[in-house]
Amino acid sequence: MSEETTATAEMKLPKDLAAEKGLVNVQIDGHWIQVPRGTRMIEAAKMAEKEIPHYCYHPKLSSPGNCRMCLVQMGMPPRPAPGQDPTYGEDGYQEIGWMPRPVIACANTVAENMGIRTTGELVEGFREGVMEFLLINHPLDCPICDQAGECQLQEFSVEHGRGSSRFKEDKIKKPKNVDIGANIRLDDERCIMCSRCIRFMDEVAEDPVLGFSQRGTNTAVTVHPGKRLDNNYALNTADICPVGALTSNDFRFQMRVWFLKETKTIDVNCGTGCNTVVWTRGNEVFRVTPRENNEVNSAWMPDSHRLSFHHLHSDSRLTSPMVKKDGTHHETSWTEAISAAIEGAKNLQPDQIAIIASGRMSNEELFLTRQLATALQTEFLSIVPRNGEPDHKLISADRNPNTIGAQMIWETENASSKLGMIREGVKSGQIKAFFVFGENIVKHAGFSEDDLAQMDHLVSSHILANQTAAASSVILPGAGFAEKRATYVNITGRLQRANQAILPPGNAREDWETLAALLSALDENYTAPASMDGVFKQLATEISTFSGQSFGSIGDLGVKIAETGVTIPLIEQEKARVESGQITG
Amino acid sequence: MATIKVTRPKLTAGEKIYFGSIFKGMIVTLKHAYRSLRGKSVGSKELASSGLGITMQYPEQKWDEHLPEYYRGVPALVTDEQDRERCVSCQLCEFICPPKAIKITPGEIPNKDEWAHVEKRPQSFDIDMIRCIYCGMCEEVCPEQAIYLRPDYVVTGNSRSDMVHDKERLYEIGGKRVGLVNKWNKLK
Amino acid sequence: MDIPFLIATAIKIGVFLGVTLTFVSVCVIFERRFSAIIQDRVGPNRTMIPLSILGFKKDVALPIGGLTQPMADGLKFILKEDFTPDYVRKFFFWLAPCMTMVPALVTMAVVPFGSPMEIGGQIIPMAVADLNVGPLFIFAIASLSVYGITLAGWSSNSKYPFFGGVRSCAQMISYEIALGLSIVPILMFFETLNLGHIIEYQVNNGWLLLPLWGEGLSFHRVLLMIPLGISFFIFTTSIFAETNRMPFDLPECETELVGGYHTEYSSMKFALFFLGEYAAMIIGSALIVTLFFGGWSIGFGLDNLLPIGAWWVSLLHIGVFLTKVTLFCLFFILVRWTIPRFRYDQLMNLGWIVFFEAALINVIIMALMLAYPYQPVASGIGAVLLIIATVVLIKIAKSVLQKPNALGSV
Repeated sequence: MSEETTATAEMKLPKDLAAEKGLVNVQIDGHWIQVPRGTRMIEAAKMAEKEIPHYCYHPKLSSPGNCRMCLVQMGMPPRPAPGQDPTYGEDGYQEIGWMPRPVIACANTVAENMGIRTTGELVEGFREGVMEFLLINHPLDCPICDQAGECQLQEFSVEHGRGSSRFKEDKIKKPKNVDIGANIRLDDERCIMCSRCIRFMDEVAEDPVLGFSQRGTNTAVTVHPGKRLDNNYALNTADICPVGALTSNDFRFQMRVWFLKETKTIDVNCGTGCNTVVWTRGNEVFRVTPRENNEVNSAWMPDSHRLSFHHLHSDSRLTSPMVKKDGTHHETSWTEAISAAIEGAKNLQPDQIAIIASGRMSNEELFLTRQLATALQTEFLSIVPRNGEPDHKLISADRNPNTIGAQMIWETENASSKLGMIREGVKSGQIKAFFVFGENIVKHAGFSEDDLAQMDHLVSSHILANQTAAASSVILPGAGFAEKRATYVNITGRLQRANQAILPPGNAREDWETLAALLSALDENYTAPASMDGVFKQLATEISTFSGQSFGSIGDLGVKIAETGVTIPLIEQEKARVESGQITG
Repeated sequence: MATIKVTRPKLTAGEKIYFGSIFKGMIVTLKHAYRSLRGKSVGSKELASSGLGITMQYPEQKWDEHLPEYYRGVPALVTDEQDRERCVSCQLCEFICPPKAIKITPGEIPNKDEWAHVEKRPQSFDIDMIRCIYCGMCEEVCPEQAIYLRPDYVVTGNSRSDMVHDKERLYEIGGKRVGLVNKWNKLK
Repeated sequence: MDIPFLIATAIKIGVFLGVTLTFVSVCVIFERRFSAIIQDRVGPNRTMIPLSILGFKKDVALPIGGLTQPMADGLKFILKEDFTPDYVRKFFFWLAPCMTMVPALVTMAVVPFGSPMEIGGQIIPMAVADLNVGPLFIFAIASLSVYGITLAGWSSNSKYPFFGGVRSCAQMISYEIALGLSIVPILMFFETLNLGHIIEYQVNNGWLLLPLWGEGLSFHRVLLMIPLGISFFIFTTSIFAETNRMPFDLPECETELVGGYHTEYSSMKFALFFLGEYAAMIIGSALIVTLFFGGWSIGFGLDNLLPIGAWWVSLLHIGVFLTKVTLFCLFFILVRWTIPRFRYDQLMNLGWIVFFEAALINVIIMALMLAYPYQPVASGIGAVLLIIATVVLIKIAKSVLQKPNALGSV
């Protein structure tokens, strides 16, 4: 029996075998691979680990095929004459008849028995020609161009260009250094007319303010008359611009990219938790860019979030623990500050102490905060809700990055439910001491400065000097988002990891260390975890939702640990576009 | 693998005792010392000897007239014929500098400036001359022909901060260089 | 003991110590400048006395060719941080530099610097201690300096100093034998161990290696030049080895051992090693001069024309002695910049297989030569036996010294 089936299997041609799985056979540079039907040639080549240079193609955008950089040589079996059967070679494939002219790999899809050549004299000739055309009017101002170092025009001209120019005529002059929006600067001379920015603003940002004007060599990207590129997603156009035509005003001339160290982390400005890369040199953050994660933020992020890192280098950063003495704050050591924080609360009853944590705190910090509440035996434990208008793309209504995490770790339906009670307690004078972590409760939780002034003891931990800090008896400086390793749970229930890119300034510490120190000072039997991973390990053993997780298992893209029923609108839109075949995704 | 067999030379008894050679050697050394003492060492004339060995006595005597065209002294910034800062702060020198002696803070040229179309210039440009190893990589890498190793070699200071050449000092040393690239000045 | 003797001795100790230490620093500057000249350089030539720190308006550069350089060096050594590493054996670490410096200076005590001086009817010999066992005393004390280096190497508790210490220990012990044996023929010739008497003999009868006046012009003396010459050669070479000078500076060869036994030392402790080494070089030179070149004698019978005992004659003789020592120090430096460093096995072979045997045979040659006028027959038989013994010894030495073959095995 088995012999029989083997015989039939042998008789089956590769095309039939592939068709059973919905695949087609494609020969790429001499090697046959199977790829799904309908795959674009450029993606098929990517699967075969062959890079096809391209400018205009972007998997998240439609493919107009206007840069012509992705030219490859294609071949198909010759069409049989009427009545003639296709002939198959010994390997079961038909002989490929190569076309003597190129096709673009970004917009064409693969077919059965297709051949693609991504190298060879012919293909290299195509590319060299295209590169030469693209560079005809290029101003070659790489020394002043921010894109230098991550410019595909530079990269491909090295790899595929001819190295010297044959162009003797005058270059076309176009507008340079054009102010087209709050965050974006346009340089038309550098533009290679790939139209990625135009398509992005049209298809993803849904604010089509960009377009081409003029014709021929005078073609230039412009904003629509009377409009400006002020969309909150405008900076993504600078990211996807393969050259230096669109550059970020914020990052303009700040630092060359080759000096910057990339750290994969996540955004903490809203519940979505966009995946990002933080670019640092020394102990300074220079820019934040989105990182592709098709479950969270596709490849984009809002400008408001990516520009919010500047507070890390604010002059009002708290850099040293401080204790209030005779009405003024004095810098002190951590040991003294921690003991002062605990001393002040020792003589109070548990129901006189309230802890206000923040939805901006990480899972580990929230976990330790819960332990602190247990150690202080207080009921009053709450986060401060922070809501805003959702933009129905990536910014969620919940502006706390870890509300879901707080709910999971505190095992409550609503982590901010006790806030009302605490307010009552403060009004009635019952609450005499506050522990505030990562919040300015005067600004965001509705307490007045008088409320805080009447407190017997106020311990606050924050990264910036603010009204709460001013009223505090003990100030414990914390670490900003790029200054610590931490995990967060976003609104869809995805556990994500933030990584440390820089060190906290001065004597400031990572917040989990502060919390662990407070716990150690409160309870002699408490053994503080040695590291962040230790806190997470404890968290994963005690909270069932997190069980089985570790810092390593989260990975760069995070893992979904719960179903919250919330979706991210932009991801849904993208899924629909992939399904309809508009983009490859 | 070719193996070459080397036969040791046959030595005479005198050579084996090598006493004579040592004596001869000492005579050679003495002769050399005598020649050095008279300032007649080989190359003393070409090297402008002070009359003892081949060494020149700095600072009374200086090498300046003998400095070759290609002498690599202190690195300095130069301006073009229209007194424009050639440097556009591309930071390639900072990147290539092996001892990391160069520190540049790039800055934008304000719109009102005559050279606004250049867009970029260094806000500050510091070369730490304690670190500098005079390798000339910065000169080689500069796409704007803005940094040159000048024949100056007297770099002194009383403190570490004295030894850091700031932008002003660098232009002072560098001066003007004409007839180079004309990308920005529209002279072409 | 009488008071004048004590006073005179105290003064002599003070003066000789001062002279020796000054001479050490002068030697250092000589070494540096002579080296510089050999190497076509200038050397330290412009150290001056910084009058401006004393309140003067200008520093005066005296045309003394950098003679104040050793002062500056010494000042630097004293002012530098005296760093003692944590992991060393403190007591021995501190003891070692003294153990190197002190023996070198103590040996100076028996060397006559000049002709005796007559003050107030008393003849004062120009040596701190006019011992009757001068050379033996020198060898006895000089041997102690090996402890300094060995202790330094061991107590530093660090590998390179340890290697340096071990090398130095082995080297000094090995060459001491050759040194001791090579001097035997000389003592047999002089028939005294008092350095003062040895010099007096040379004053009257010609320097040992320059017998051109007095009894020196006899055929016997010319014949005796053979064993004495061999003695001189072995003695001088062994002194080089004993003082760890090039070409035998293996205990501190920088290319292999960083700084050798004094790697871990700094400041004045290092300076003591440094000075000790130069002091050893000076005492070595002084010994060679005393034994072979007439010590303080001017030579050619001129000394006898002078009124020995007059203070100026003594001073003149001291000057002559120091000049000779200086010349020998220059010879040390010349050798340093001429002959490359030996390999350690070559050094050991030279010491044990060549010099030890050669010195031994030399003793017998000397004995036979001295005995010949009295016992011609016995001396003749002895000579024949000696030749046979020598041939056999050379055969044995050759087999031991056989070059290793290509594979490295003997």
